[in-house]
Amino acid sequence: MRYAMAIDTKKCVGCGDCVVACQTENNVPHGYCRDWIVENVTGTYPNVEIELRSERCNHCDNSPCVRCCPTGASHIVEGGIVMVTPEECIGCGACIQSCPYDARYSHPEGYVDKCTFCKHRVDNGQLPACVEVCPTKCLYFGDLDDPNSDVSKALQNRKWKVLAPEAGTKPQLYFLT
Amino acid sequence: MKEELFVSGRDIPNIDPYLNIWHWQIPLYLYLGGLAAGILFFAGYFTIMRKEKDMEATVKWAPFLVPFALVLGLFALFLDLKHKLYFWQLYTTVRFTSPMSWGAWTLMLITPISFIWVATYMKELFPKWDWKFEFLNKAEAYAIKNRKGIAWIMMMLAVILGVYTGILLSAFNARPLWNTSILGPLFLVSGLSTGLAASMWMSKSKYERKVLSRLDLIMIGIELFLIIHLFMGFLSASEVQIEAAALFLGGEFTVVFWVFVIILGLIFPAVLEILELRGFHIPVWIPALLILIGGLVFRFVMVEAGQITRFLY
Repeated sequence: MRYAMAIDTKKCVGCGDCVVACQTENNVPHGYCRDWIVENVTGTYPNVEIELRSERCNHCDNSPCVRCCPTGASHIVEGGIVMVTPEECIGCGACIQSCPYDARYSHPEGYVDKCTFCKHRVDNGQLPACVEVCPTKCLYFGDLDDPNSDVSKALQNRKWKVLAPEAGTKPQLYFLT
Repeated sequence: MKEELFVSGRDIPNIDPYLNIWHWQIPLYLYLGGLAAGILFFAGYFTIMRKEKDMEATVKWAPFLVPFALVLGLFALFLDLKHKLYFWQLYTTVRFTSPMSWGAWTLMLITPISFIWVATYMKELFPKWDWKFEFLNKAEAYAIKNRKGIAWIMMMLAVILGVYTGILLSAFNARPLWNTSILGPLFLVSGLSTGLAASMWMSKSKYERKVLSRLDLIMIGIELFLIIHLFMGFLSASEVQIEAAALFLGGEFTVVFWVFVIILGLIFPAVLEILELRGFHIPVWIPALLILIGGLVFRFVMVEAGQITRFLY
């Protein structure tokens, strides 16, 4: 099993609903977020192009955060989801430094926090909160090993990219372009 | 012209607009770790070479700084932890892929060894010193008898500690400025050089100072050589590393790096040491202090600048 997410950058309008849904679902403290919107504008006016990306932890296959964690608080669970155990985290910040996507932050209570692909929901057969609420249905989540999952189908007929592949982390967020 | 504009709907403290999660505690800790490694390495080395008589300050007196440096460094590290009450989790596991775990365990070993080393010279520093308890006296006698063995262990641990202070940074491939394997040896040599400077400052013997400043000149030479290679590597690497090097070649860290680290921290003290060896009288504390400050500034610059560098996507 390999959970992954596909984000359709052509359908995303950058409304930020995924961000708010995550903050509500996961009780993210004020001023922090586990997912966010990036607006990438290229070209010179009037010929400009915009790419909107809903970004979050990439749940990398080769995750540097898990490798550098001195206590094992950062670990990988079934399906490739990268998780943090708050009771084992000492808040040293090594994983924050190691993440090319800056997807982790220091929770006001001290431990390091990040996207969990809403594991608590996925375990119950539900979709992650961000996927559930997306009004343009531009987020696809599922098991890459299952050819009939939403994410596998989304990737079948589209061109896609991952972010900073040169970092060698084997990220699992696929951006449909 | 093609322009690119990134707007991120995110403003997390210490993460945005650029990463700044490690403040003064980490560079201070890396510096004190390197200094301790340098002092202990040469204390061990000259003990093994049976030069205790000639190199008194290096073998006996400078190590008295080490327990203070290590405890202060560990305290700084503790201050940096955000989930402080859970720090003991470091010692519930050994993680070979994590430099921080290596460092935590190395410090767990080298700190008590530095205390033991200092304890064996306590009576030489304070002739009236008394350990009060019989078992402590016995332990002291045992340690004194096995000084050479301790010296070997101490030297090996000092090398691991010195290299680790660099690898701690170089293991992060997300920060292009740090992600170079030269950083390990570079921080080790810089640590050895600051250790020599501290010993030199404490030494009263002319012979000892001469030996130390010769060694220090070698260290400074290696350090400059490694720094040149560091930049050669960056400039022939990928875009992100070229940009990392640009921070020091015209960017915002140019002045502080070239003036305080390279010129005042390495070249100028080297010139003073050469003049001293040539027979000019130069107060020993001037080159020593310059080297010590240069090493500290170097750590601060590297930690600060490294956090700004990142992958572009």
